Amino acid sequence: MIAVKKYQKLLINIGIAVVIYVLVMLAIQFGWVGRQLLSMIVPVCTNVMMAVSLCLIVGFLGELTLGHAAFMSVGAYSGALVSMNLPLPGWLSLAVGLVVGGVVAALAGVIIGVPVLRLRGDYLAIVTLGFGEIIKSVFNTLGITGGASGLSGIPLMTSYRNFTLVFILTLIVVVVVSNLVKSRQGRAICAIRDNYIAAEAAGIKVSKYKVMAFVISAFFAGVAGVVYAHNISILKPGNFDYNTSIEILVMVVLGGMGSIRGSIIAAVILTLLPELLRGVADYRMLVYSIVLIVMMLFNNSKFKEKLMARRQAAKVSKEA
Amino acid sequence: MALLEVRNLGISFGGLRAVDSLDMTIDQGQLYGLIGPNGAGKTTVFNLLTGVYRPTEGIITLDGQNLVGKKTVEINKAGIARTFQNIRLFKNMSVMDNVKIGLHNHFKYNLFTGILRLPGYRKVEKSMDERAMELLKVFDLDKEAGNMAANLPYGKQRKLEIARALATEPKLLLLDEPAAGMNPNETEELMKTIQFVREKFKMTILLIEHDMKLVSGICEEVTVLNFGTVLAQGKTGDVLNDPRVVKAYLGE
Repeated sequence: MIAVKKYQKLLINIGIAVVIYVLVMLAIQFGWVGRQLLSMIVPVCTNVMMAVSLCLIVGFLGELTLGHAAFMSVGAYSGALVSMNLPLPGWLSLAVGLVVGGVVAALAGVIIGVPVLRLRGDYLAIVTLGFGEIIKSVFNTLGITGGASGLSGIPLMTSYRNFTLVFILTLIVVVVVSNLVKSRQGRAICAIRDNYIAAEAAGIKVSKYKVMAFVISAFFAGVAGVVYAHNISILKPGNFDYNTSIEILVMVVLGGMGSIRGSIIAAVILTLLPELLRGVADYRMLVYSIVLIVMMLFNNSKFKEKLMARRQAAKVSKEA
Repeated sequence: MALLEVRNLGISFGGLRAVDSLDMTIDQGQLYGLIGPNGAGKTTVFNLLTGVYRPTEGIITLDGQNLVGKKTVEINKAGIARTFQNIRLFKNMSVMDNVKIGLHNHFKYNLFTGILRLPGYRKVEKSMDERAMELLKVFDLDKEAGNMAANLPYGKQRKLEIARALATEPKLLLLDEPAAGMNPNETEELMKTIQFVREKFKMTILLIEHDMKLVSGICEEVTVLNFGTVLAQGKTGDVLNDPRVVKAYLGE
């Protein structure tokens, strides 16, 4: 009984994951949804990965960055180039591509980590914005990436038919980030967000954990990029512009900054919404913006406050 | 035996001489007061001791170990922990987690153990929880362990800050105006807490304070700063009756 209680939360989370997986698989098998929606399954997963990884920087480290799409593009291009050019069987080259994409993006995270140590707030936002634009320009001019006309012929290996793989990757990202924030290292990251002066005085190496958060976040953005690349099979630098970064940021902010579950829900809704609203194309942007406003209002509402207070009270009484 | 030695310490901000030729010796186990009117440079001294500022000249040694030029984190590891004049808690973290940040450098596991929840994770986290709970009990905060730090009443926030500082296992504890904003009853209780901490943890404490009742009640020795220079130094009773000190506080 005690063991059940101890793992209750874990079991519920596993349950939710299994239910989602089964439902999506059934939907794919029996054609419950149209082709348009089917094609959205993988983008939803990549956006969840992007939102959750960005949540680590914005929600837990408390730094604003506007260049998250740049990490995604670095991962996407390097992963795609690897899987296209490696003389290995398909799956193996995709696996190598995923790792390489993540690692190269993480290296980009180290590079951007250097100014991160010196800048805060608005200044960091501007630098990351610039970083995103620079990366875009680089991919626009490089020969190996196909320049402005894009990199085409990437094997279609993460389409909705391979949902299982994409789902597992998404789960890994979610589990790793949520485990991280509850670990010793994650606590240090949150402490820096809340008060970096006090964190330093308590013996936390602020620079180390700031770079750590950026590198881990960039790594997963890179992985998301590789999945993205193998889903649409043609990469253009324009796919990873400022708007993409902002879209992901909106998901994190509406998800409640520092709530992984919130980020996931917001990512799913905001990715699907424009597609679902195709039927009412004329009012699409109107509805989209209304939903954004409603989510914003909900985040600041007394109703949510009450909900959170009740949850907190339940948690405290359970611990006591 | 001298735990903290400060010799000829000074710092200038541009043309402003914030602290000038400060000498101070704090012995093991002592409760030492640093007092002075507003703007006398007391908090600047704390910032010098904890490496927030680098002194323009002078020597600081803790247990014979040089501290000048070291970073805040290294100084914390060397054994100085502090609280802040305007409370600096991790407000969006639980009371428990605030203390666990203090334990950060004493209970370790690597990144992968945490991410993959390897056996080491549960083991270390469990002993961390136990240690944090012990500390919270000392300050009567154990019932609030799961609450957000921001939701604690003022007096308890002060206590939590002290608990977090003690969690880093310092040799010297710096308290920056611990009684600021407290009513006489709370101050009374705080006095008891400070004395209790001193005895229980055999702690050496340096505190900045304006509340003279608290200073005369618990400090054995004090240094009075005025405009960055030492006005008087010595046994608390003698110093507080010094006419120059009275003048600095009350005017002619």
